[in-house]
Amino acid sequence: MARAAVPGRLAEQAGAGRLIWRVATLAATRQETPTARTLLLDVPGWPGHLAGQHVDVRLTADDGYSTQRSYSLAGPAAGERIELTVQQVADGEVSPYLTQDLAPGDPVEIRGPVGGWFTWPPTGTGPVQLVAGGSGIVPLMAMVRARQLAVSTAPFRLLYSVRSPDQVYYASELTSLADRHVGVEVSYAYTRAVPARWPARPRRLDAAAIAAASWPAELAPACYVCGPTAFVETVADILVSFGHDPSRVKTERFGPTGG
Amino acid sequence: MPIVSRGFHGRARRTDVTLPPGQYLTRDFPVLSAGPTPRIPLEKWRFVIATETGQEHSWSWQELLALPSDQPTVDIHCVTKWSKLGTSWRGVSVDTLLAGIDTTAQFALVRSYGGYTTNLPLADLLDGKAWVAYQYDNADLAPAHGGPARLLVPHLYFWKSAKWVSGIQLLQQDEPGFWESLGYHNYGDPWREQRYQGD
Repeated sequence: MARAAVPGRLAEQAGAGRLIWRVATLAATRQETPTARTLLLDVPGWPGHLAGQHVDVRLTADDGYSTQRSYSLAGPAAGERIELTVQQVADGEVSPYLTQDLAPGDPVEIRGPVGGWFTWPPTGTGPVQLVAGGSGIVPLMAMVRARQLAVSTAPFRLLYSVRSPDQVYYASELTSLADRHVGVEVSYAYTRAVPARWPARPRRLDAAAIAAASWPAELAPACYVCGPTAFVETVADILVSFGHDPSRVKTERFGPTGG
Repeated sequence: MPIVSRGFHGRARRTDVTLPPGQYLTRDFPVLSAGPTPRIPLEKWRFVIATETGQEHSWSWQELLALPSDQPTVDIHCVTKWSKLGTSWRGVSVDTLLAGIDTTAQFALVRSYGGYTTNLPLADLLDGKAWVAYQYDNADLAPAHGGPARLLVPHLYFWKSAKWVSGIQLLQQDEPGFWESLGYHNYGDPWREQRYQGD
C-alpha cells in the first residue's frame, strides 16, 4: 500500500532525480597528516553541492564483493572536480585503500551529494560557530572554503580540537586564513600534545575552552559540530548549556566504525 | 555493472550472514542525530497518539511501563551503512498502544522531543513490527540512543526508529518527516536499498 501513496510534492521538493553512481577518476592527492589524505576527483556530470554534504564511495573487488562508505566533501566543487579528505581507520576496510592504494588515474564509484541538514548556505550572513573534533574538520572546512569562494562576510569562528599538532588538517591554509583577518577566527585545542611554546597543557575540550573561543549565545550563531560521537555529545550539551537554541546546533557524528 | 577497484579485496574475513545491499557489519552501536540530545524528565514524559479526527490518547511514563511489554531481538540497519545484528530491546508493541483507538488512517507521522519527525505507512507500525522501546541490552535506554524511549521499526532503515519519541500523529495523507524532506527515501526499505529519494 505504501508504494502508491508517495505524494507528488516530495519529488518536487528534492528538485533532483535519482542519485546515480558516477565513475570518478582520481586526479591528484594531498597528504594532510601521516594518516589522512585528500583526494581530488574528477566526476563527469557532477551536479554541484552545498558545504557540509557528503558522498557515498563504493569499492568493488574482482570477485564482485562490494562495499560502501560515506565521506564528507572538503570544499566547493571546481567544475566537475570534487575533493574528499579520508582519515585512515586502523583495521578499516575502505579507508586504507583510499589513503594508500588508489592512484592518480584510477576510477572509483561515487554517489551524491547526500545530506541536506548539516549544510551552510553561501548566502548566509549571520555568525557561524564551527567546532571540529579530529577528522570532523572536513565538512566544516568545506563551509570555510565556501565562505571564501562566495566572498561572504559572515563572521566565522572555528574551534578545532585535535590530539596533537601533527594531526591538523589543512594547517597552512588555516594559518593563512587566520593571519589575513578576513573574518575567520581559528582556535585550536590540543588533547594529547601541544605545539612548542603553547601556553597550556594538553586537555580535553571543556566548557571554559569553548566559552573562550566561541560566539556568545546572544549573537545566535549557527553552530555546526562535527567529530566522534562522544565529542559531539559533549560539545553540543555545552553549547545548549550556554543558552544556544538546540535548533541552531547542527551535529554530524563520525564513528570509527568500519571506516 | 560496477567497476572493479584494482587491488581492492575487502576484508579478509567477510561476514557469512546476508546483509541488505551496501551494508557492513558493526559490533559498535554508532550514534547518529542531527542535533543536541534532548533530556526529558520522566515525570514530564508523555506519549500521545493523535487520530485523524483530532482525538488524543496519552500515556505517562508509569502508564507506559504498566503495559504488557515484548523483548524483541532484531537486526538494525542504518542508512549510513552499518548493520548490527541481534540487538535486544524491551518495549511496548505499537499494536498494544493502538488497541481500542478508532482510526481509518493510512499513514503515521512520528514525533520526537526536540522536534524530529519521521513518516511511514501505518501498516508498517502494526502486526508486531514496531515498538516503543525503553530498554536496550537489559538496561534503561541511554539518552544518546534515544532514551527514555524510542520507536523501534527494525524492518526499515534506522532513521525511522525515531529517538526520544513523543507520539504518533495518524493521518489520511502521507506527510514527509525530517530526513524524508531532506533527500532521503520516503519509505526506506534496506533490502531494496531505498536510501535516497528515487532509489
